[in-house]
Amino acid sequence: MQRCDYLLSQLDVLEAESIHIFREVAAEFERPVLLFSGGKDSIVMLRLAQKAFWPAPIPFPVMHVDTGHNFPEVMEYRDRRVAELGVRLVVASVQDAIDSGRVVEQKGRRASRNRLQITPLLDAIEEHGFDAAFGGARRDEEKARAKERVVSFRDEFGQWDPKNQRPELWNLFNTRITQGEHVRVFPLSNWTELDIWDYVRREELELPPIYFAHTRRVFERDGLLLDAETGFANRGDDEPEFEASVRYRTVGDASCTGAVKSNAATLEEVIAEIAATRITERGQTRADDRTSEAAMEDRKKEGYF
Amino acid sequence: MASTIEPAESASAKTMDLLRFATAGSVDDGKSTLIGRLLFDSKSIFEDQLESVEKTSVDRGEEYTNLALLTDGLRAEREQGITIDVAYRYFATPRRKFIIADTPGHIQYTRNMVTGASTADLAIILVDARKGILEQSRRHAFLTTLLQVPHLVVAINKMDLVDYDQAVYERIVDEFTAFASKLEVTDLTFIPISALHGDNVVERSVNMPWYDGSSLLHHLEHVHIASDRNLIDVRFPVQYVIRPHASTDPELHDYRGYAGQVAGGVLKPGDEVVHLPSGLTTTITHIDGPNGPVDEAYAPMSVTLRLADDIDISRGDMIARPHNRPEAAQDLDAMVCWMTPDRVLTPRTKLVIKHTTRTAKALVKDLHYRLDVNTLHRDDQAEGLGLNEIGRISLRVTQPLFVDDYNRNRLTGGFILIDEATNNTVGAGMITGAR
Repeated sequence: MQRCDYLLSQLDVLEAESIHIFREVAAEFERPVLLFSGGKDSIVMLRLAQKAFWPAPIPFPVMHVDTGHNFPEVMEYRDRRVAELGVRLVVASVQDAIDSGRVVEQKGRRASRNRLQITPLLDAIEEHGFDAAFGGARRDEEKARAKERVVSFRDEFGQWDPKNQRPELWNLFNTRITQGEHVRVFPLSNWTELDIWDYVRREELELPPIYFAHTRRVFERDGLLLDAETGFANRGDDEPEFEASVRYRTVGDASCTGAVKSNAATLEEVIAEIAATRITERGQTRADDRTSEAAMEDRKKEGYF
Repeated sequence: MASTIEPAESASAKTMDLLRFATAGSVDDGKSTLIGRLLFDSKSIFEDQLESVEKTSVDRGEEYTNLALLTDGLRAEREQGITIDVAYRYFATPRRKFIIADTPGHIQYTRNMVTGASTADLAIILVDARKGILEQSRRHAFLTTLLQVPHLVVAINKMDLVDYDQAVYERIVDEFTAFASKLEVTDLTFIPISALHGDNVVERSVNMPWYDGSSLLHHLEHVHIASDRNLIDVRFPVQYVIRPHASTDPELHDYRGYAGQVAGGVLKPGDEVVHLPSGLTTTITHIDGPNGPVDEAYAPMSVTLRLADDIDISRGDMIARPHNRPEAAQDLDAMVCWMTPDRVLTPRTKLVIKHTTRTAKALVKDLHYRLDVNTLHRDDQAEGLGLNEIGRISLRVTQPLFVDDYNRNRLTGGFILIDEATNNTVGAGMITGAR
C-alpha cells in the first residue's frame, strides 16, 4: 500500500470494498454460504472471505453445485483448498437431482448440465436454510450481469426480477428479507477479469492446473475447443479429436466450457495473453451463453448464479 | 498475519488508482457514442461484443452501430430501446482504472442518477452544442451537487455540427457558469468535444486550436481525487466484532477486534479514541489490515481495530476522536430522493432507516418543501413526495445515529430508507442538520 499521499491502488480499493461486503452480510444474515466452483473467481472470493474475518475462521460453509461433469484437476483442487481452510463443504449434486427425477437430463449431442444446476442450487439453499449466497459473478462478464446488484434479492421461488431491483447507494446495502426469500451477494461485482488475474498474482494464489497451457485431446464444435478426455462433451464420430496445447480461461461444466489454444504456461504469460485478447472470456469459452442474446438473463431470472 | 495468507509483493509494477464517474444524458446527446468511444479507444470493447451489437443493429434496420446496445443489457431495455437501470462499465488506461455508472438522463430516472452519483468521484454532463443548456442539463448539474460529486465536467458535444465555433462554446460556458453559481459546485471543467469524430476525447483536437485545456480522457486520468475524502474527522462505524474463540491458540484466545470500513479521518495505533454511544475513551493498540498490521488507516480501507480497554462495543457503534465527534442525533433534517412508485412519502410515514452500520426505525415528522429539480423552485405547499421527487424532510429516529452533515462526509451523512412492509429501498437521504 502507498502511504505517503493516502492513495490506494485499484486492487486495494476493490479488496476493501469486497471485505466490507463480506462483513456486512455475515453481520446481517443468519446463514450465509459461499458458492465455490474451484474457478479463479471463487478462489479469489474465498481469499477475500479469509481476510475479512481473520484471525477468526470463515464463519460460513462453502457450497459446490456439482454437475458431475467436472475436470478432475478442479475437484482435486476443491477438496484440498477446503481442507486447508477447514471450512465445511456442502455439495449440491445435479446427478442426485436427475436420479430423483427433479430434473431431466437434456438429450442430444449438445446436452449440457449447465442449466440443470438451477434446481439443485435452489433446493440446497432451501434445505439448508441459507439466506445469503455469495457468488463470484462480475459485472464486466456479461451484459445481464452488468445490471446486477451487489446484494441481489431473490423471491421465495429463487427468482430474479431485473426490472424491480433495490437501489444501492454509497456503501449501504439493504439486507432485509422475509422467511423463504434469500439474496445473492456478489463481492466481485466491480472486479474485471484482469483485476482477478492481477490479484491472483499479488496474492500468489494457487489455481487448478488447467488454467495454464497443457497438452489435451480436444475437438472443435461451434468454434469452441471442447475436451475429448473426460467424455462429457458427447463427441460425435464426425468431430475428430486432436491434440493441442490449450489452457482454460474459465472453468465450468466440462460439457460446455471451451479451451483456448495457448502456450502460456506461467502466470505472467497467461496475464500477458489475457491483457492482449480481443474476445471476452464468456464469448470465447462458454457455449451456454450462445443460445440467445438474453441466455444469461433468462437463466438468472430462474435462479442461476 | 498468519503464514497461510501472507501476500506477495505485487509483481505488477503498475500502481493504478481508481476513479468512479457517472455520466448523465440521453442517447440524443451522444452519451452512448462517447462511452463507446472511451471503451473502444481503451480497447475495452471486445470483438465478440462489437459483432453482437453490429448484428443486432443490422437486424433492426438501424443505420449505424448502436453502441447503446453494449450497455443496455436487459431484454426489456433492448426491446424498448431505453436504458432502465444504472449500467456499470469498466475500462483502464495505464494510469487509472475507471468505473462508469451510466445513468439514463430522463426525469423519470432521477433515482437512477442519484444512485449512480452517490459513489461517483466525478460526473460528466453532456450538452449538445446546437441546443445549449437545456432543462435536463440544469437538472443533472443540480443532482450532481446534491449528491456532492466532487468534480463536474460539462462536455459540450457535437462541436463538429457547429463548425467547431469558439463563440458557441463560450456562450454555453457563460450560461452554465451563471447557473452553477447558484449551486455548490467545487470543481467545474468545460471541454468541447465531438464524441463521433473523437475530437478532444482521447487526443487534443486539431479542429479547435482555440481550446487550450486537456482532452476528456487526459482530464479523467489526471483529476486529483485524493483530497476528496475526509481525512480530518475520524469516523469508524463498527461493522463486525471479530472474536476467534480459539482455545487452542493462547495468542488468539483474547483477540477481540472491531472490524469496519473507515468513513473518515486517519487512525493510527496509539491514538486516543472515543466509543459512541458510551462516551468511554480508550486507545488503539493495533490496526489489522487485509495484509497484516498497518500503521495507519483511512477511507476506504477495511480494517480491524484492537483497543486497550475492554469496552462493550457492538455493530452499529461508532469510534471517533474525543474532541471531534459526530452528532449523536435522533432528530434529522435531510434532503431525500423518493424512489418508489408504490407509495407517497408524507408526514407520519414510518420507515426503517439504515445509516452506516446502524439500522433503526424512523418517523417522518415534517415535509418542508418539495423541490422542482428543473427550476430549483421550492414548493412549501407540497403534501407528499412521489417517485423521483426530491424534498426536505425532518425525521425522528428511535435511537441515536452518529451523523455528520452530508457535505462534510458522504458516508456518515447519507442514509437509505426502507419500507417495512415490502422491504424495498424507497428513499435516499442526505443529512443537512441534526439534533
